[in-house]
Amino acid sequence: MKNVMSLVDLQREEAYIKELTQDRPIASLPFAGRYRLVDFALSSMVTSGIRNVGVLLPENKARSILDHLRSGKDWDLARHHKGLFYLPPVRPENGEKASDLRNIYYNLNFVENSNEEYVLLARATSVYNIDFTKVLKFHIDNGADVTVVTSKAWHSDPCSGLIVEPGENGRIRDAAIKPELKEGEYRSLGIFLMSKELFCNVVRYAFEHGGTDFRRDAILKQATGLKFYTYIHDGFAARICSTPAFYLSNLKMLDQSVWEELFMKENAPIITKVKDMSPTEYKEGANVKNSLIANGCEIHGTVENSVIFRNVTVAPGAVIRNSVVMEDCVLEAQAEIEYVITDKEVTITQGKRLRGAVNFPVMIGKHVTI
Amino acid sequence: MKTRCLAMILAGGQGSRLGVLTAKVAKPAVPFGGKYRIIDFPLSNCAHSGIERVGVLTQYRPFELNNYLGNGNAWDLDGRGGGVFILPPYARAKGADWYSGTADAIYQNLNFIEMSDPDYVLILSGDHIYAMDYSKMLDAHIAKGAEATIGVIRVPMEEASRFGILDAEADGRITRFTEKPAQPTSDLASMGIYIFTKDFLRDYLVEDAKREDSSHDFGKDIIPKMLADGAKLYSYSFDGYWKDVGTIESLWQANMDFLADEPPLDTGGTWRIHSANPALPPHYIGPEAEVSHALLNEGAVVLGSVAHSVISSGVRIGKGAKVTDSVVMPFAVIEDGAVVDHAILGPHTRVAANAKVKGTPDSIAVTGENEVVEAAG
Repeated sequence: MKNVMSLVDLQREEAYIKELTQDRPIASLPFAGRYRLVDFALSSMVTSGIRNVGVLLPENKARSILDHLRSGKDWDLARHHKGLFYLPPVRPENGEKASDLRNIYYNLNFVENSNEEYVLLARATSVYNIDFTKVLKFHIDNGADVTVVTSKAWHSDPCSGLIVEPGENGRIRDAAIKPELKEGEYRSLGIFLMSKELFCNVVRYAFEHGGTDFRRDAILKQATGLKFYTYIHDGFAARICSTPAFYLSNLKMLDQSVWEELFMKENAPIITKVKDMSPTEYKEGANVKNSLIANGCEIHGTVENSVIFRNVTVAPGAVIRNSVVMEDCVLEAQAEIEYVITDKEVTITQGKRLRGAVNFPVMIGKHVTI
Repeated sequence: MKTRCLAMILAGGQGSRLGVLTAKVAKPAVPFGGKYRIIDFPLSNCAHSGIERVGVLTQYRPFELNNYLGNGNAWDLDGRGGGVFILPPYARAKGADWYSGTADAIYQNLNFIEMSDPDYVLILSGDHIYAMDYSKMLDAHIAKGAEATIGVIRVPMEEASRFGILDAEADGRITRFTEKPAQPTSDLASMGIYIFTKDFLRDYLVEDAKREDSSHDFGKDIIPKMLADGAKLYSYSFDGYWKDVGTIESLWQANMDFLADEPPLDTGGTWRIHSANPALPPHYIGPEAEVSHALLNEGAVVLGSVAHSVISSGVRIGKGAKVTDSVVMPFAVIEDGAVVDHAILGPHTRVAANAKVKGTPDSIAVTGENEVVEAAG
């Protein structure tokens, strides 16, 4: 993969996941107990052998990303030669709007000055562990101009997305941005591979002709005449574009085969910022079933069918069911939650009870005490 | 380059009392507490104490330890001028020798010490579990104008004959030091932690190296000689948790100590114990699992039951398997229906379905790295 450079795009926002992304880009969303979404794209890049990674920072809300990635050391990207590059947005002028395409356009220098032959662009909004060397081989074997990585959706979703209709050998018959996504459709994971030359050309043309959206203006509108292919990832993938998708995908981590495939792949771990939390303490009365539990927790109560992030305290008699509980939350004695997502540093005080529903989990924002 | 205080960790011992656990690795590399290795404790203590340059003296089975330490990055010891330096015995013009004693090991690395140019040298051992701020001990060393300061801890009188025991005046000035005395005269035990003013240490090491009758050991030779010469030796008292994990029973007991309602050290707190970890996901507890009084680390999968045990990274515990009062080291696999009780399972041990590994509180069962335990008959 020495001949592939990559861009991680953090600019785009999603309308259906507002509560969780008020203070952070989607890429910073905590996931599966100890990760942030950006870890999946970045780890796949690094374990596939990509060593030149540009991170397109969002217009605002970049703090959590900078704090998470820092020098890139945890991903072996703090290097003298190549490594991790932060590509900051350029302030819009003359009534222009911030957009992912604009962000890429104003950072094209970074792409052009790199000596790799191919560019892999990934939006850090999906969960996967993909070997990109296979995507490159697919791209080359098919003589493709553009390859988009897709996967078959395992649930419907209210948010819009790029859907493709794959033909023989992965050649795309039709591709469209649909307002809603349905189970079984081949949905883009936001990963595009093409030659550096073509990448620069389509970005430049699209932006200079008034474009704002990379997918629509640089890819779909210019796809005619191009050999447009899709690499269908047949392993687990989840696109996190709505709060229900966030909830369902987290709970999907309780499927042991998904957990194994994503996280225990030989030589291809999902890497994240190291915090050196101590192992989790299970105390007298702990009753934990079918749950994913991160380090640094102290559990006296009951946890079922849930994902528990780092440094969570579950006091005696407290109960967590079918919930996603993020870092540094505290459930005091006899507190009970079911079908709930708690953002970081939430405290549920003694005896309080909260219950959502499977299709409508209750969302509790950062730092809230109930 | 100038260093204020250089730490030297004696990590060369075979640790033969740990039996099969050290058949393939040096004692400081033995896993501890579900997540750590023994050497994480002195290394983290150094990093938190502001000591940035650390020599690690290895000679027995050094590869895994070397591989684990890397450049010291995991402990934030990879700064400019700092670093973790692996110091194996090496050949010089006169030939090569193994380290023949603790003092000899330091003596053979005097060149490294001079290159680091420290004012003080802190000597540590790689087989204790504790959290200690060495900078306070160094402050005391300087304040007293000491030439040597020995870290001491009070031990039960009946155990005192296992340690180096010293007598000290009210101000800490050491008057007598006896290595493993049959009739101990005090309960002040040496922790094997020494701070020496560098030039003072060098002179004694050079002198000791010439002596044919010396065993080249700090406790047996260097410290008694310093005392005999009337040098300024002071004790520095430490009263926190400090556990030698040099035997199977003490290693097991120290692990069990961390299962207490209030663990003896807050390894995840402000004095965080750092370790070089594989990237593993949160652990998974299955639908029929039962876990209580346990420590569980990342990457583990528990489908059976765990009580009063320490479960390390990547361990698999199958359906119906029962683990009680045990320490399960990284990536051990306990298959369905197996029973593990009062045991230490070495890394990558496999206990086959329905097999049993059973010890007793007085005799802990142990399996070595990669050992396979099949079901009887």
